[in-house]
Amino acid sequence: MASTTPIDTPPAPPVPRPSPRSTGRMGDKIFLGLSRGSGILLLVIMASIAVFLTYRSVLAISKDEGNFLTTFDWNPAGDPPVFGIAVLLFGTVVSSIIAMVIAVPIAVGIALFISHYAPRKLAAPIAYVVDLLAAVPSIVYGIWGALVLVPYLEGLNLWLDQFFGWTYIFEKTEVGVARSLFTVGILLAIMILPIVTSVSREVFLQVPKMNEEAALALGATRWEVIRLSVLPFGRSGIISASMLGLGRALGETMAVATVLSPSFLISLHLLNPGGGTFAQNIAAKFGEADAFGRDALIASGLVLFVLTLLVNGAARLIIARRKEYSGANA
Amino acid sequence: MAKRIDISGLNAFYGSHKAIEDISMTVEPRSVTAFIGPSGCGKSTFLRTLNRMHEVTPGGRVEGKVLLDDENLYDANVDPVTVRRTVGMVFQRPNPFPTMSIFDNVAAGLRLNGSYRKSELNDIVERSLRGANLWNEVKDRLNKPGSGLSGGQQQRLCIARAIAVEPQVLLMDEPCSALDPISTLAIEDLIGELKERFTIVIVTHNMQQAARVSDRTAFFNLAAVGKPGRLIEIDETERIFSNPSVQATEDYISGRFG
Amino acid sequence: MSHAPTGVIERPTPASPGPKSSLGSRSLPRLAPLGFAVVSVALGVGVSLAAGWESRIQWGLISALLFLAISYVATTIVENQRQARDRLATSVMWVCFLVAVVPLASLLWTTIVRGSERLDGYFLTHSMAGVLGSEASGGVYHALIGTLEQVGIATVISAPLGLLTAVYLVEYGKGSLARAVTFFVDVMTGIPSIVAGLFILSIMLMFSLEPSGLMGALALTILMVPVVVRSTEEMLKLVPNELREASLALGIPKWRTILKVVLPTAIGGITTGVMLAIARIAGETAPIILLVFGSQLINTNPFEGAQSSLPFYIYEQYRIGEAASYDRAWAAALVLIAFVMILNLVARGIARWKAPKTGR
Repeated sequence: MASTTPIDTPPAPPVPRPSPRSTGRMGDKIFLGLSRGSGILLLVIMASIAVFLTYRSVLAISKDEGNFLTTFDWNPAGDPPVFGIAVLLFGTVVSSIIAMVIAVPIAVGIALFISHYAPRKLAAPIAYVVDLLAAVPSIVYGIWGALVLVPYLEGLNLWLDQFFGWTYIFEKTEVGVARSLFTVGILLAIMILPIVTSVSREVFLQVPKMNEEAALALGATRWEVIRLSVLPFGRSGIISASMLGLGRALGETMAVATVLSPSFLISLHLLNPGGGTFAQNIAAKFGEADAFGRDALIASGLVLFVLTLLVNGAARLIIARRKEYSGANA
Repeated sequence: MAKRIDISGLNAFYGSHKAIEDISMTVEPRSVTAFIGPSGCGKSTFLRTLNRMHEVTPGGRVEGKVLLDDENLYDANVDPVTVRRTVGMVFQRPNPFPTMSIFDNVAAGLRLNGSYRKSELNDIVERSLRGANLWNEVKDRLNKPGSGLSGGQQQRLCIARAIAVEPQVLLMDEPCSALDPISTLAIEDLIGELKERFTIVIVTHNMQQAARVSDRTAFFNLAAVGKPGRLIEIDETERIFSNPSVQATEDYISGRFG
Repeated sequence: MSHAPTGVIERPTPASPGPKSSLGSRSLPRLAPLGFAVVSVALGVGVSLAAGWESRIQWGLISALLFLAISYVATTIVENQRQARDRLATSVMWVCFLVAVVPLASLLWTTIVRGSERLDGYFLTHSMAGVLGSEASGGVYHALIGTLEQVGIATVISAPLGLLTAVYLVEYGKGSLARAVTFFVDVMTGIPSIVAGLFILSIMLMFSLEPSGLMGALALTILMVPVVVRSTEEMLKLVPNELREASLALGIPKWRTILKVVLPTAIGGITTGVMLAIARIAGETAPIILLVFGSQLINTNPFEGAQSSLPFYIYEQYRIGEAASYDRAWAAALVLIAFVMILNLVARGIARWKAPKTGR
């Protein structure tokens, strides 16, 4: 087209005001730039979190005279500085596992209760309350755990020791209040219940009605409907809910810092007071730490960061794979 | 295997809304009875009262009697679970269990109701799939997920699943409405074969289909939107389509409304 | 019971007793579970008293186990095993629910009862300046100021950032950048608050910055942004495409369509999301410990000097370990919970009030 006029100029502009398309284009550009910029900024923040933490950690670990992974001590201010994460890793993983073992079945039970069992008039308020409870700050759980739960758990601890002491892990060899990893696990379980419950409930409510009716029409009882239709459909949802809960439990600081009576020992006697977690150790040791000590704490925080990344990544992978296989979204 | 159904004075509600009113009729064993009528006239609701699926719907409630060979489905001591095992159902949209294989889908009802040896299970699954005219298409991939089949195949899989537990009655709620014409034809042929063994009730929007597959036809209508649906008449399919006794039926069939 | 005419293989005996043709079966009365519950609680309490156990947790566990056992056995005897399994499942669900309700109710109850002892006008309007830990005096004013300022700054940064990112993801987002942002927003959601605190701490160490409210607010921002992005994204996705197309078809440029049509439609949900995010970060303690350092005094300048905050105050008072400081901790906990709950209730109210019609 050998035309001299620009292509998008109308032959006879009917409206005298300036062409809306040009201002639109300018506005579009600015707006797109702003919103894309925000997205990029988020990526930059994520990258710098990794970079900064790694950098400070390298500073600390390079001067560590102990083995960062296996040392049972935390003394960065000593001469020579010696610190290691073995106890923290153990305590973090063990307390989170206890929390998961307790919380996930109960949370799935509550979610099913709300979605399939509770009287209809009760279901909505219960769900609402569960959502509200997810909003209770962790420090409040912390002081409640330390001042209310710990005394109450003593009886249970005695019991476990008495009847299940032979399992070794429930053998209580030290006298003392129940400020143990086991108690921490129970408190963490209570804390992650609401989040695991509400995510699972969402998934259970999404089970297509026709899948449930298929089971019903075969003469399935309510439990069998759940086993045949609801749980298979909701499995990936339960897994992702659990992983979300696990992520919370791993990184929880205040509830552990208030309840646990820390020590730098690894013991499989879960009822004995002692042990520690990454987050708890950072909060507890921060006050007395000098600049180098802070770098050491940052190094342990990096490990926690990586741990939570792995957990979340695994959850995502499981969900993605599950979706492909089941084709349940049809 | 097949049983007669006697319905008398049946009302069904959603909450306070009455969906169907005062329905009485008899469904003959070993025959196909079709329910036709305009949308919203309550024919699907009525169908679901015949195996107590209506009460699964929130607010669903039923009054009246449904006798299955002299036993009232709504007696106080009757367990709805047993009813549904005796009265099988096929739904509008095929709904195989998405996470189960074809074999497991057919075996699902059996496994609920008792323990079977592997060989027995194999026999029953094969027989049911043959009964649903699906065996030849799936015999090489019984362990593949049922959701991988075509729509028509899935619907026949659901029929196989329903007949595997040897019900007395088979309810079909517009089983072909989500299917293409060829799959529809396959299902219609299948219905013709199944009526040798089961009492079949089918809800359909398609009057040609009712004329093709059914022995008796019941016409439902509602006085106005928001009013409960009622049974207008039930008769031999031939008579309903050639010489109905009620004017409204003729109007509906000749396409004057609905 | 004549057999079907077709060549039917012999049916194995079904698990259900009695002839197959019979629909009727024996069943427990409707209120039976309630009876089981009463019996098992009575038994549980009796056994516990007899054994001399003191902890209510033991009482409850015993009763719960008894309840499960009784309902299973009774249903097996009267009905059958399938029904018993169904009943057991139902009972387990109820027990799960109760097991969860008890600690949560205890938490709220304790906070309200213990908190209201100390909570009054004086408590809300005074700081801890010159108050010894064991003294039954002092208040939470300085911490309130700190929380409001830190959360305010975090919101001012996070809300626009999160909103724009969500707009990018929903309205423009295609290709690898959007996928990366989505992925990392997910990752950010999982960052423990203490790690966010350590990140800002490492920046402070690099550039020799002093602790201040601002530093805490930056850490809170990192925690808040992904929550805002996620919730805003959900809300924008609920805006029907027809609206966008209708506006674009009128020749309105995309950015104005977003500003004038899409965002106003979703504004209720977006506000809710932001408020829920605020409620979440208002209770964060760990970053404040690392970055704001805590103070007994009123410091209204968030950009310089140590500050306190409500959650930090609770932790601090708990650590003092005196009866008077516990009282202050509970009172502050009540203030914090009230703050968070009011935010939640208002947010959900807005969500209900301005909900776009989605048929759900």
